Amino acid sequence: MDLGPYLLFASLEGLVHAAVLSLIALGLSLVFGVMRIVNVAHGEFFMLGAVLAWWISGFVFGNPAIGFLLALIIAPLIAGVIAMSSDWLILKHLKYDPEATIIATIGILYIIQQAVLMTFGPDARPVEQPFNYRLDLYWFGFSAYKFFVVFSAIILLFSVWLVMAKTKFGLILRATQLDSETAQAFGIPIATVYSLVFGVGAAIAAVAAVLIVPIQQAHYLMGGEPLLLAFIVVIIGGLGSLRGTVAAAVLIGMSDGIISVFFSPNLAKIIATLLVVIVLLIKPNGLFGSEKT
Amino acid sequence: MKRDLIIHLGAIALLFLLEILGIFSDYHQGNFARILVLTVYGIGYNVLFGYTGLLSLGHALFFSAGLYAAGLSIYHLDYNVGQALILAFCFSVLVSLVIGYLALRTVGVSFMIVTLMFSQIAYLCILYFGGITRGDEGIVIQQSSRVFLSLDLSDPTIRYYSALTVFSFCLVFNLWIARSAFGRVLISIRENSDRALMLGYNVQLYKLLAVIISGTISGIAGASYGILFGYVGASFAAVPYSIFPLLWVLLGGAGTVLGPLIGAIFMFYLIDYASDVTDAYMIIVGIALLLVTLFARRGLLGELRYRFFPWIP
Repeated sequence: MDLGPYLLFASLEGLVHAAVLSLIALGLSLVFGVMRIVNVAHGEFFMLGAVLAWWISGFVFGNPAIGFLLALIIAPLIAGVIAMSSDWLILKHLKYDPEATIIATIGILYIIQQAVLMTFGPDARPVEQPFNYRLDLYWFGFSAYKFFVVFSAIILLFSVWLVMAKTKFGLILRATQLDSETAQAFGIPIATVYSLVFGVGAAIAAVAAVLIVPIQQAHYLMGGEPLLLAFIVVIIGGLGSLRGTVAAAVLIGMSDGIISVFFSPNLAKIIATLLVVIVLLIKPNGLFGSEKT
Repeated sequence: MKRDLIIHLGAIALLFLLEILGIFSDYHQGNFARILVLTVYGIGYNVLFGYTGLLSLGHALFFSAGLYAAGLSIYHLDYNVGQALILAFCFSVLVSLVIGYLALRTVGVSFMIVTLMFSQIAYLCILYFGGITRGDEGIVIQQSSRVFLSLDLSDPTIRYYSALTVFSFCLVFNLWIARSAFGRVLISIRENSDRALMLGYNVQLYKLLAVIISGTISGIAGASYGILFGYVGASFAAVPYSIFPLLWVLLGGAGTVLGPLIGAIFMFYLIDYASDVTDAYMIIVGIALLLVTLFARRGLLGELRYRFFPWIP
């Protein structure tokens, strides 16, 4: 294959990476934006989504699309409920102190990860694609499902923006983000809002996992890499800035995909970190960040 | 104030005595040699987290910097142990200076994220340059290279004494820091960095010095570990090795000199027993982290200091 088509192929792969990464980073950034806490267990909710998708698709015979649709609804719900209960059982009692919360979410990370290892086992498990159709792009065939992933991610990102900007719930979130004490004085149930946001953040990561798992495979250690990339993204984009998060996710996801195709996935991450170093030297609060993080 | 000195020198003497009297079985002697080296790592971590109040999630980077500087120079360049230690020391200082300078441009949660990120990248670099580091498989340092001042460091008894010596130096150094004016400034930064700044201290410089001291002690621990136990592998640079020192320090008591030792002994044996029962022994670490943040924020020695002995450094 010539360089041109090869580059096109790499860019398409990069687009898929970028789509999934924006969803994962969006969940992380949403939680930080509203609650001012970093969820280190975020990658494990992603992993949970993938493992649940494999588990659910095992129940459904016949057309794999049915199992996929079921997983797309149920997996994020379960991940969200687990996240909400961990918020309610643990984080609430730490009063969202940044340091204690980060340590507690590391604890949650290991508990989820190792519990999955105990039940699901150490093997990687494939999930069938809901539909198997290859688009003929003249030089090479490209899975139509990958386009579907990108398309779904864009729809989801757009809906999150719509909810945040246009609905009453979004208004409540923005009010809580701006000044939680004043919001509470105006009768907003902060504790419930926090629980919901933490759950929604985890659910978005789980959706990303259900979308990507037919391309990758489900494995109990798969949460580490997206967490690292999501951290790189939020540092470049500015913690808590949704606009910056999406922009940085597209940048990092594309370059990660392209460099992975041409060279190696590890090199892609190393280069992304050099980018972070440059950003830290020039603008320590991220390209889109406000002056205070 | 002499009683703090008595307690800490007493702890060191006790560890010597346990060996001289032959109380350890071979199994526990080996374990304690490991624990002492790992405690040095915990002491390094404690300087930054316990005293200065900066939570790093990426100290495995510093540990593996020392580990690989010592291991690779012995393996590829035929350095002797003394040269390897000097190289590991210099490399650790350099790495902590650079990482500290970059990471300290952020504050609060961003600092925690950035340290974790840098450490993960160091791990990926070790895997990427597998031709030199042999990646996950790691390198084994031959017994013939592990000789220092004509002492065979692979001999269990000599290994225990070597580990104890490194530990003793670091513990006394930590005690000296805790009692010095420099240490007081670090503590004041932990308690209220704005006020420390207002009092005229160059907070940023002190923080950088704390990262360098902390990173270098961690690097010394890594180098000692590689030389004493003869194995250098990528798993020492992975996330769990950044979390372990945090957990030891939290359990024993952040900002106490003996805290890391207590935490390391406890966790080492807990994980040792758990790994006999299940492959998923890291769940113990998760549960311990949750319990300690929910119910015992001060840790063991921290709680004792708070209730009974306010003079514990």
